[in-house]
Amino acid sequence: MRHLTSIRELTKDAAISLLDNAQQLSQVNDREVKKLPALRGKTVVNLFFENSTRTRISFEVAAKRLSADVINFSADSSSVSKGESLKDTAQTLEALGADAIVIRHPLSGAPKLLAEQDWISASVINAGDGSHEHPTQALLDALTIRQGFGLSQDLSGLKVLIVGDILHSRVARSNILLLNLLGATVTVAGPRTLIPVGIEQMGTTVNSSFEDALSAKPDVVMMLRVQKERMQGEFFSSTAAYSKAWSLEGDRLAMVGQDALILHPGPMNRGFEISSEAADDPRSQVLRQVSNGVAVRMAVLYRCLSGEQL
Amino acid sequence: MTSLILKNLTLPNGSGADIEIEKGRITKIGSVSGSGIDCAGLQALPGFVDAHTHLREPGFEASETILSGSRSAAAGGYTAVMAMANTSPVTDTAEVADFILDAGVRAGFVEVKPIGSVTKGLQGAELSDIQGLSESRSKVRMFSDDGVCVFDEDLMRQALVAVKAFNGVIAQHAQDPTMTVGAQMNAGALAAELGMAGWPAEAEESIIKRDAELAEQTGSRLHICHLTTAGAVEVVRWAKARGINITAEVTPHHLLLTEELVRGYDSVYKVNPPLRRLEDTLALREALLDGTIDVLGTDHAPHSREKKECEWQNAAFGMVGLEHAASVLQEVLIQSGASWERFANVLSVKPAQIAGLEHQGQLSVGSIANIALIDPTAKRVIERQTNSKSVNNPFAGITLPGRIVHTIFKGRFTLKNTQIQEQQ
Ligand SMILES: [Zn+2]
Repeated sequence: MRHLTSIRELTKDAAISLLDNAQQLSQVNDREVKKLPALRGKTVVNLFFENSTRTRISFEVAAKRLSADVINFSADSSSVSKGESLKDTAQTLEALGADAIVIRHPLSGAPKLLAEQDWISASVINAGDGSHEHPTQALLDALTIRQGFGLSQDLSGLKVLIVGDILHSRVARSNILLLNLLGATVTVAGPRTLIPVGIEQMGTTVNSSFEDALSAKPDVVMMLRVQKERMQGEFFSSTAAYSKAWSLEGDRLAMVGQDALILHPGPMNRGFEISSEAADDPRSQVLRQVSNGVAVRMAVLYRCLSGEQL
Repeated sequence: MTSLILKNLTLPNGSGADIEIEKGRITKIGSVSGSGIDCAGLQALPGFVDAHTHLREPGFEASETILSGSRSAAAGGYTAVMAMANTSPVTDTAEVADFILDAGVRAGFVEVKPIGSVTKGLQGAELSDIQGLSESRSKVRMFSDDGVCVFDEDLMRQALVAVKAFNGVIAQHAQDPTMTVGAQMNAGALAAELGMAGWPAEAEESIIKRDAELAEQTGSRLHICHLTTAGAVEVVRWAKARGINITAEVTPHHLLLTEELVRGYDSVYKVNPPLRRLEDTLALREALLDGTIDVLGTDHAPHSREKKECEWQNAAFGMVGLEHAASVLQEVLIQSGASWERFANVLSVKPAQIAGLEHQGQLSVGSIANIALIDPTAKRVIERQTNSKSVNNPFAGITLPGRIVHTIFKGRFTLKNTQIQEQQ
């Protein structure tokens, strides 16, 4: 595996082995924060065309724990804002010694393009592209679910409900693909206008009622981060109307099974798509997701840069 | 003056013959005595006519010029191309049209005839000088805003009425702009997965339906550019059954390529209208075989590298097409059992009629010698680089049947033994 731009690139075995690897690393991380020499001499560039401090820091910590050198390259403070092409930017970074480019881009497909065109030979890791994919997020979610249920292989038999703005969500797409690969059953729920036509073919059922979806007793309720400014006008009458129908709070929280897990990719809009009560509930895995994010990204970086398991 | 004799070729009806050419005209078809160029095994066809070519000049010479596009056309077996109006300046006046006409004559590889824009500046707000264009030296007969749709219904009606006076035709790019805001690819499951705004089939079909009704009311000629959906085929079938004066075109790429190619986000596959589902492709082929679709139009749309070597969403729409169109048509028509006469109809005769080109689409004694000769047994891997200035070629690497061996334009070889023949 040289690149990771889409969950489509993984076989089931490859996904499970990445999770196994991340599992071991997460235990190491839990005990003590220590550096492994695995990627000494390698350079990882975080190429972010869109601001995301959390994801960037997570990749940065992951790379540094593997002893790689890290360069953060943010598009708004560079020549990119002066019209430099993606190709030129990537080739410049490679000329500066990049072995892996971790890319976040507002346009769907930019990481795939970078990986598949013969512009550069560096590894390309997708840190979120437009409304396409965010594969490392799906992997860290799967790891969190595996841990939550004490599983060591796949997720077969589990029911996962993904709630919110599916249309614009790269997290939802990567999760639908990976959860299917791992044998889970996926349902997405959200306002009709925010569910893309044809999404069922990726391997999910669609429900346009949160309550209805919860009454099917999902094992995992994954709330998506919702951009407030999108929830008015074109898609929804007002932010309050959205929240009223789609926030995880009160009676809906009570419908979530006692053994179920609540996930959220963060950062959370407390009081909007998720209540504080739900966010701080013992079933909530939000902080576990963050720490698993580092472990998963270590496993992915190592696999892409060395071609081996750690 | 000595005559040119083509020996032992095969005519579209399948019979063998020689052709004698003198002073640019076909003087004899049959058995011609004397020595000539041996064309044994070659299929003779009337020179191809493309009713849908973007030559990019004036205005976008980094992508193509009238000369480079003409050479590419000759290499593809064409003897005439209709130059789309989305140049800069737009072909909305006689001056621009005549500039294109003259540059085509100077290039000398094919007949280059300008298409006039329907609306001024392709803005969709007021009609171009349709009358003036029709009376110019270019005698413009075909009008199109291709690249954008003539969306205003009343304007479309006026345009249809305006061209009726001289038996002109409106070639519509059917795309409801209100349904395709920001659209990047075919709407549906794949667009959902790839996270891009989709282009619903209804955006195409609703406009064809509307315009067919306008053509019926006005009694004018309507030509639909680049059909891409199974539903669009149904609409055209319905309109033809009603006796509406409508013709339809399909492109080589929509006959052979599907939206699956978008998965890699390589913008060489970005085109307007978009590549569709396999079901659509199959419906288009069937429609071409049964005559619902009349012509193959390349929608040859060259773009310089910098307009394509970028993120999908930032890339220009379009692909080149002149040099593989005949091979795609052979793959689709001949391999399915259709005749070379049908092939000639789709690629020469009918487009010449639609465009109003009097000296094209004929292979008969007395007609101007515009001839393409194909080796139908050849197999070739399409190369990315063609005679076009641009390399946005989605067929690169694909193996297709047939090779253009000679192209003769007004009695002169423009392509001989697969080599471009510069004008003396
Ligand atoms: Zn068009």
